[in-house]
Amino acid sequence: MIPAPFDYYRPSDLDGVIALLQEHGDEARVLAGGHSLIPMMKLRMADVPHLIDLQGIDSLRAINVTGTRVTIGAMVTQHDLIDSAELSSAAPILRETALQIADPQVRYMGTVGGNVANGDPGNDMPGLMQCLDAQLHLIGPDGERSIAARDYYEAAYMTAREDDEVLTAISFDAQPGGYAYEKQKRKIGDYATAAAAVTIQKSGGSVAAASIAMTNLSDTPVWSEAAGAALVGTACDAGAIKAAVAAMLGDIDPTEDNRGPVAFKRHVAGVILTRAITRAWDRA
Amino acid sequence: MKDLNEEQQERAAGLKGLGCSRKRVEDARFTQGKGNYVDDIKMPGMLHGDFVRSPYAHARVKSINTDAAMALDGVVAVLTAKDLEPLSLHWMPTLAGDKQMVLADGKVLFQGQEVAFVVARDRFIAADAVELVEVEYEELPVIVNPFEALQSDVVLREDLAGQTEGAHGPRKHHNHIFTWEVGEKDATEQVLGDAEVVAEETVYYHRTHPCPLETCGAVASMDKVNGKLTVWGTFQAPHVVRTVASLLSGIEEHNIRVVSPDIGGGFGNKVGVYPGYVCAIVASIVTGVPVKWIEDRMENLMSTAFARDYWMTGKISATKEGKITGLHCHVTADHGAFDACADPTKFPAGFMNICTGSYDIPTAYLAVDGVYTNKAPGGVSYRCSFRVTEAAYFIERMIEVLAIELNMDAAELRRINFIKKEQFPYQSALGWEYDSGDYHTAWDKALKAVDYEGLRKEQADRVEAFKRGETRKLMGVGLSFFTEIVGAGPVKNCDILGMGMFDSCEIRIHPTGSAIARLGTISQGQGHATTFAQILASEIGISADSITIEEGDTDTAPYGLGTYGSRSTPVAGAATALAGRKIRAKAQMIAAYLLEVHDNDLEWDVDRFVVKGAPERFKTMKEIAYAAYNQAIPGVEPGLEAVSYYDPPNMTYPFGAYVCVMDIDVDTGVQEIRKFYALDDCGTRINPMIIEGQVHGGLTEALAVALGQEIAYDDMGNVKTGTFMDFFLPTAWEVPNYITDHTVTPSPHHPIGAKGVGESPHVGGVPCFSNAVNDAFRAFGLRHTHMPHDHWRIWQTANRLGLHD
Ligand SMILES: Cc1cc2nc3c(=O)[nH]c(=O)nc-3n(C[C@H](O)[C@H](O)[C@H](O)COP(=O)(O)OP(=O)(O)OC[C@H]3O[C@@H](n4cnc5c(N)ncnc54)[C@H](O)[C@@H]3O)c2cc1C
Repeated sequence: MIPAPFDYYRPSDLDGVIALLQEHGDEARVLAGGHSLIPMMKLRMADVPHLIDLQGIDSLRAINVTGTRVTIGAMVTQHDLIDSAELSSAAPILRETALQIADPQVRYMGTVGGNVANGDPGNDMPGLMQCLDAQLHLIGPDGERSIAARDYYEAAYMTAREDDEVLTAISFDAQPGGYAYEKQKRKIGDYATAAAAVTIQKSGGSVAAASIAMTNLSDTPVWSEAAGAALVGTACDAGAIKAAVAAMLGDIDPTEDNRGPVAFKRHVAGVILTRAITRAWDRA
Repeated sequence: MKDLNEEQQERAAGLKGLGCSRKRVEDARFTQGKGNYVDDIKMPGMLHGDFVRSPYAHARVKSINTDAAMALDGVVAVLTAKDLEPLSLHWMPTLAGDKQMVLADGKVLFQGQEVAFVVARDRFIAADAVELVEVEYEELPVIVNPFEALQSDVVLREDLAGQTEGAHGPRKHHNHIFTWEVGEKDATEQVLGDAEVVAEETVYYHRTHPCPLETCGAVASMDKVNGKLTVWGTFQAPHVVRTVASLLSGIEEHNIRVVSPDIGGGFGNKVGVYPGYVCAIVASIVTGVPVKWIEDRMENLMSTAFARDYWMTGKISATKEGKITGLHCHVTADHGAFDACADPTKFPAGFMNICTGSYDIPTAYLAVDGVYTNKAPGGVSYRCSFRVTEAAYFIERMIEVLAIELNMDAAELRRINFIKKEQFPYQSALGWEYDSGDYHTAWDKALKAVDYEGLRKEQADRVEAFKRGETRKLMGVGLSFFTEIVGAGPVKNCDILGMGMFDSCEIRIHPTGSAIARLGTISQGQGHATTFAQILASEIGISADSITIEEGDTDTAPYGLGTYGSRSTPVAGAATALAGRKIRAKAQMIAAYLLEVHDNDLEWDVDRFVVKGAPERFKTMKEIAYAAYNQAIPGVEPGLEAVSYYDPPNMTYPFGAYVCVMDIDVDTGVQEIRKFYALDDCGTRINPMIIEGQVHGGLTEALAVALGQEIAYDDMGNVKTGTFMDFFLPTAWEVPNYITDHTVTPSPHHPIGAKGVGESPHVGGVPCFSNAVNDAFRAFGLRHTHMPHDHWRIWQTANRLGLHD
């Protein structure tokens, strides 16, 4: 549990970060809250000879809500999400999700950006951002670009981000309507056995739009377009929910681990999604 | 203290003696981060050790190349078995009569086994150097299942090849360690054969691990000038460690000082002797400077002593009315690569023969087969006396299975089989003499407190509602009634490495009437400094606040066997009371002299000796203490000191009645504990607040074990649960509000009637939680499902019973 030696940098602006990333290539990594990266370094599963701390860059801590557009700086902590009245009213699902991540100690340090950028299928924010159809804003040597959260994840710890790019912010349009983040875990501080993010817009007693994403049930988060589509136009009755669950089960691909075998995970994924849809519909 | 008048009561209260919920004197330093743990010890020039560990569960070690590691700046030494061999320290004896590799000698037998010990200038360099040691392995077939081990041609312990006799009798197979038998085999089989009803079940108590917050570690310092070796370490038995260190190293015992500083929890994990201790000592002897070794959490979970791993097959017979007639138990005990169980020498399966539990079972038989596998060695008593948790779990599951077989209420089945109050002292069929008990009273009180009948009614309604499709939650009512056997133990049959399991206390009263007492035990969080002072306060009339309790330094404390198996209060607590009585006896002589009366004309009055019939003539303990140091008293030596070594005449037998109410979501396997009621009878209660704290802690560890905490291996012998992500350590969030209660049935043979309590809640708690899970599914045909009851296993049970269809 002792990391290999590394050099530590704390630049005060993004140019400094990019320069260091370019200089050291894949020997360098940025450090946000450190609550995923540092354990990996201690286990010597991540070898990071050059560690670039983002804590010195204040511009990454901004939260901005303009109209329906919500922009969250990469270094905003999970605790900030819970604490921000502005975010809680614009997109209450953020708070509901953040409260289900780990424990207060982890949330004081862990950032939204780190959680989204990390690429660990266990992280809760990626599925949520896919559900919300968020844009991830990256900056690199060639300037800025944006990519949809739904296109960002390739495999466990493999993402569309280049080694010399930094995630600066995440933005999305906050839709009014029902929402739910439902998660089953073994204990406080555990990643999901199965989790579901659901938003539903209701119009005239039926579902006008729905978005569904699942966490820790594949090697990436899974936005199940078909599951959302199965609800649209229905009254979100038992039959519709069943169809959504069936569609979702077609999209996930869980593996066995200490949380349980595949059959169990698939069953629980269905139960959790059913509960999430029910809660979201009640709130819609 | 029955007939005290108001004035006497006031003085007695001022002593903060027995029965007082005195605040823990230790907590001021612990809560302010001012404790002094092994890792807080820093010495000039101190070096740091770290292990190269085997990634394989079974492999031949072809070669070890330490060149690259030695070339790293700051590395002082890399020890391998070859370096230890000339000192005969590449292997060491275990507490169970086996031997264990200190560093891999030709092969490795479990994942995480110690292969080489790197010594470096700091902890970081040591960790870097570990990566540079090149070890060439040749993988061998891995066996992680004890039943398979007994069939396999693969010889795990080549060093024992051809040895058909082990430390505990004949070995039946090259992977077999011992067979231990207690009771009457033929008679039991006869009873079972003739019985009206027999229930049979195999109950697996999974492998788990004690989880003290502080891991194991040591600092060894060999002073080459004066020839003295000092070892600070996480030792639950420092005196035994000194003796073992002397025997192994050849250093005379007076030249070794072993110190247990503050210890952050033990739970049995710190009873054994580990390669890290030996390597730190050798490295200090070799280098001449202090060497520190502290294991990390993963090392702790994967290599230092595990607990349980017992496959227990039982048969229990009864009349149609439910009167139990016989019990048969066979255990296949997975001991891992070396038999390093921490049990009294003559008990290779500990006190597993307490498995007749709280019941009057006339005929019984127990056989335990110990087996080698490619898993870490150990087999310690995780918050219990030797294998008592296994025994309690076994019998409390068998009772439930029998209740199903008889179609009877499990509470009633217990009631009609309890040993009756008037049967104590009770001779059990498997050889123990239970000292005292009043089980029926405790049981009735518990069932009334939880409204047992109401719970059963609610449960039946729930089952109906479930069948009607109105709910997806079932309700379980977990019962457990346990009897422990603690306070090892009588020297005539209990020893550890030949050392009788007595314990000791030495008291010095200072001239101004305060005192210090030193004991052979060592607190790891139990609060000895608080409670032992209370025992003494009541015995000698000096306030507990004026008594320092010191333990753990072998240069100053009297010899004792340490703290585990709830033995401190039963054994060292008794020694404390008796040493206190010696003080009082001398004090009486001094008081008689001062008051110019005959000894027999005095009587003890809370904190003073009073002339009988003349209450205005007295000498307080404070006055007597002063006189002991400043008066020449004819025929009486100056000073006021006493020492007592206590050899207990018997064990003590605490008991308790627990009830758990649990709701189970059959679709997700998530359980919720709605209520947990714990009634404990530990005899005389020294400090009710500390008892309550111990009960909360023990129940929480019981919850952990029952609901998820395990050391799991895959088929290749890889540890699957080596971090806190997967090794379940409950937080405040997972833990219910416990309801605690008590009855008081003093031990008749203990000087103050106390029995010990620190482990009871664990022993009784595990079956209670497990029974709740099992009970929830009883209406749907479940007889037994194995722990740990984590979400997926509960789900699987529901699934197998067709509840998802
Ligand atoms: C006990 C425990 C329990 C946890 N439980 C949960 C849980 O239930 N759910 C959950 O979602 N998470 C959980 N986490 C993880 C936690 O939320 C982390 O904080 C989060 O995953 C990563 O955020 P971080 O700020 O700590 O990132 P870091 O650990 O600092 O970084 C993570 C990775 O992202 C990269 N990175 C960070 N920021 C950027 C950026 N701006 N641009 C590009 N790359 C970047 C880093 O280089 C690194 O590779 C848990 C962590 C712990 C220790």
